[in-house]
Formats: sequence, C-alpha cells, structure tokens
Amino acid sequence: MSPSSATLTPSSRPRTATRSRRPRRSRDLWLGVTGVLIVLAGAETLSRTGIVNPDFLPPVTEMYASLFEMLGEGWFWEALWLTVRGWAIGLAAAMALGIVVGFVIGSSAFLRKFTNSTIEFLRPIPSVALIPLVILIFGTQPQSAFVLVVYAAFWQVLVQVLYGVADVDPVARDTARSYQFGPIRIARSVVYPTALPYIMTAFRLGAAVALILEITAELVIGVDGLGRELGVAQSSGAVPETYALVIVIGFIGVAVNLLVRLIERKALWWHPSVRSEQS
Amino acid sequence: MTRYFKQAGYALGLPVILLTGWWVASAGSTNPFWPPLSTILEAFPTTWTMDRIVGDVFPSLARLGIGFGIAVVLGIVLGTAIGLSPSLRALSEPVLEFFRAVPPPVLVPIIALFAGYTGWLGKIVTIALGCLWPILLNTVEGVRGLEPTLTDTAKSYRLSPWRRLVFVILPGASPRIFTGARQSLSIGVILMVISELFGANRGLGAAIVQFQRTFAIPQMWTGVIVLGLIGVLLATLFKLVENRMLAWYVGQRQIERGA
Repeated sequence: MSPSSATLTPSSRPRTATRSRRPRRSRDLWLGVTGVLIVLAGAETLSRTGIVNPDFLPPVTEMYASLFEMLGEGWFWEALWLTVRGWAIGLAAAMALGIVVGFVIGSSAFLRKFTNSTIEFLRPIPSVALIPLVILIFGTQPQSAFVLVVYAAFWQVLVQVLYGVADVDPVARDTARSYQFGPIRIARSVVYPTALPYIMTAFRLGAAVALILEITAELVIGVDGLGRELGVAQSSGAVPETYALVIVIGFIGVAVNLLVRLIERKALWWHPSVRSEQS
Repeated sequence: MTRYFKQAGYALGLPVILLTGWWVASAGSTNPFWPPLSTILEAFPTTWTMDRIVGDVFPSLARLGIGFGIAVVLGIVLGTAIGLSPSLRALSEPVLEFFRAVPPPVLVPIIALFAGYTGWLGKIVTIALGCLWPILLNTVEGVRGLEPTLTDTAKSYRLSPWRRLVFVILPGASPRIFTGARQSLSIGVILMVISELFGANRGLGAAIVQFQRTFAIPQMWTGVIVLGLIGVLLATLFKLVENRMLAWYVGQRQIERGA
C-alpha cells in the first residue's frame, strides 16, 4: 500500500557532487536561521505596531520572557513531566500491543482475512469519540489520557506491522522453513528484520499521534499536564503565558521528532534507506 | 458462488461475533455507564432525528469540508512553491519543522483569543490550520522526489512552466499529496470534534458532550457510534477518490511488484 512505501523511502537518490556539499549545507543552515528570524521579527513588529491587537498576539519577546519565568516554577516542571510520562507510557503500551497482535495476525493467512474487515472498520473511528466515555469512567485521572493515546496509536502501529509482516520475502521464508527453523526462530531472524523498517514507521506515526491525544486529553478533559495549564492560562486571560505554553508544547513535538529519527537511524543502520543517506 | 460466500463469511464473521458478544454481555447490564446494546439501539431513532441531523451533523461536516478544502488548496500551492525552490525550502524548513510538530489541538486556545469560539470562523480556521501541515510537507517531499528524468525531459521538450506544473509536477507529486491528505483528514475529524467541545453552540461534538453532561448515557453511546460511522464513511469516500485519481499509480506499483 502507498502510505508505508511513501513514508518509508527517504530520498534514495544518490547525492551528487560531494565537493559542493559543504558550502551548500552551511548556506542552507544560514537560510534556515534567517527564516526563523524573519518569522520572529515579523510577529514582533505586527504586535508592536498594533497591526494585530497585542491583546491577542503579544510581542514575541514578551512570550519568551514569560516562558523563562515559567522555567523557574515548580508547577511547570511537574506538568511537563506528567505530559511526557503520559505520552511515553501510552506510546509504549500501544507499540507493544500493536507489534504482538500484528505478528500474530500477520503470520496466519486465516487470521489476516478474518480480521481484515474489523480492522478496516475500527481504525478510522476517531479516538476523540471516546472522550465522553472516558470522562464518565475515569474523570480527570491519567487513565483517561492513557485510553485515548493507546487507542489512537494502536491502529497506526498494527496496520504498519501487518504490512511489514506481509512484506517478508517468500523465498527467505521457505528457505528458513526448509532449514527447519522453528516458528520463534523464523519470527526472529526472518520476519523481524523485514518488519523492522515498518515498525519504525509505526513508531514515528504513533509518537506524533500519541502526543496529539495526550495534549487533547489534558486540554479537553482536564487531565494534569501542560495541556491543562494551557487551558487554564487561556481562560484566565494570561495571553503571553498561553503562547509560551504553546511554544513549549511545540518544542516537545520537535524533540519527539528528533528522538524518533535518532532511534530510527540507530535501529536501521544496516538498512539500505539509511546507508544510502550516509554514504 | 461458494467463493463469494467464503469472502462474505470472512468479512462478516468477526464483526458478527463481536456484536453478538457485546449484545449478550451487556444484555442484563445494570451498570449505568454500560447500558445494554438493545437500549442503545432503541435510543438511536429518537436521538438522531432529521432535526438533529440537519442542525448538528450537517454543520459539523460542512465546517470540516470547508476547513479541509482550504488546507488542501493552500497546502498544494505553498508546497509546490517550496518544493520547486531550494532556497525557499532552506529558508522555511526550520519554521515548518516547528509548526508541524505543534500538536494541532493547542491551536484551539490561540484561535479562541482571536475569533472567539462561538461562531464558524474559529472552528474552520482551527481545522484548516491543523490539516495544512501534513499536506504541505508531503507536497514538498512529493515535488522534490520527482524522477529527474521526467523533469529533464519536460525541460528539453520546452514545455511551458504552466504545462510542466499541470502535466508533470502535480501528477508526479500526487501520490504523496494523497498520503498527506489522508493524514490530514483524520486530524480534521479530531479537530472538528474538539473545536465543538469549546464553543457552546450546536454540532456533533457539542451534542455528544451535552448527552454526557446530562447523563443521557444511551444517547451518548449513539453519538459515539455516529462519530465512528462518520469516520469510517469519510475514510471509505477518501479511498474511492484516491483509487480513481491514482489509478495509474496503483497499476504501476502492481506491475513493479509483480516483476
């Protein structure tokens, strides 16, 4: 299917002319910094000159002032910790569940056919549909966020793992069988390496979705964490603080993306898609 | 004939088992949060009347459609421009990287500052902004990843820039654009619901939360089911459009796989 393959193959085009690479890269870096500065300066000017009402968009410098103020306060670190913890636990549970279920279903043609319609039906159900339900059952406890995160991330993982297991080279599988590998050994040394790139894709998609749902649960339901602080700041009219929290949450998102990319590169160092990037 | 029966059996087997399981397990339920499935189904026709569909479901879907449409147009236009110009790409990459990483629901409080949250505007802007990034970034990647032979051929045949755009670049990038649009659609549905949890006016999300606050539990369950059905319906619709517009691509991939 298209989603996996499209997201899987990072520019496999060979890099041209290694000589011109370094100046190019430093030029790109400077352009990137310039871009960031343009956006920051633009927002600052819009607000200072009053083109946009500063009550709605405070100057960027004020946002950062309020951000640094927050860094010194205990509640901020506690909320940050709760958000990251909720995200990590939910994602880990969804990954574990998705991989195990995916391997089991994927290794049997019967189970694949039998569950296909159900998976296709349950997958697009938006996890926010569960919000009223988890409010009734768990209220503002962290379990509410956990259920939403796991539900949302699980399908992403499961579907990718199923693609991955289905992608195993039949010749390799038959070879392993004729060498009388047991099912566990086949899973470990034939299926797993094929499925690993897909599992990494699943990890990337799942990590982003898990963060979205964790923040949503905090913002909408009131589970403790940065999202809740954001809602409180906004409704109490603390505008610079609202923006500061949005910036922090954005940086968490950036950090998550970087972390995922790092793990991907570490786990797939042998895979052509990563090797061609480095050579 | 038997083949069709077999396929139907595979497709319907598990859903039937699950639904029967739910029906039996919940049959005598006195737990207020888990009403019997029969009660939920009985509440269905009285809850989702014509009035409610027109007053709550249609506006929600209309807002989703408008927001998603804006995001598709903006995403493709900006994405193509950024994808075609290496300097523009280098200039905007860190900024885009940041905006992509911001979980879309945090836009809600910010947009609430500007537009308030009772009208349509704030909700549409939320949906459009949330849906924009996946489409934009995938368009950039799609335009960048074009086969160099294709672009070189177009150039050597002296196709005008406009024709190159319409006949080479956009079709070449379309598989990636669809990948982005599919991610965006599911984010759009999430934002459609969330945006209505804040503004106190009508809409699908608002209705469901209303049921939950008034402890109308069977009605709330029907709402959860309706939301699920809408999600499934939209995904099916999207797949139909995608299969039609990307028929050439699906065929090409099948040939590549077979070879």
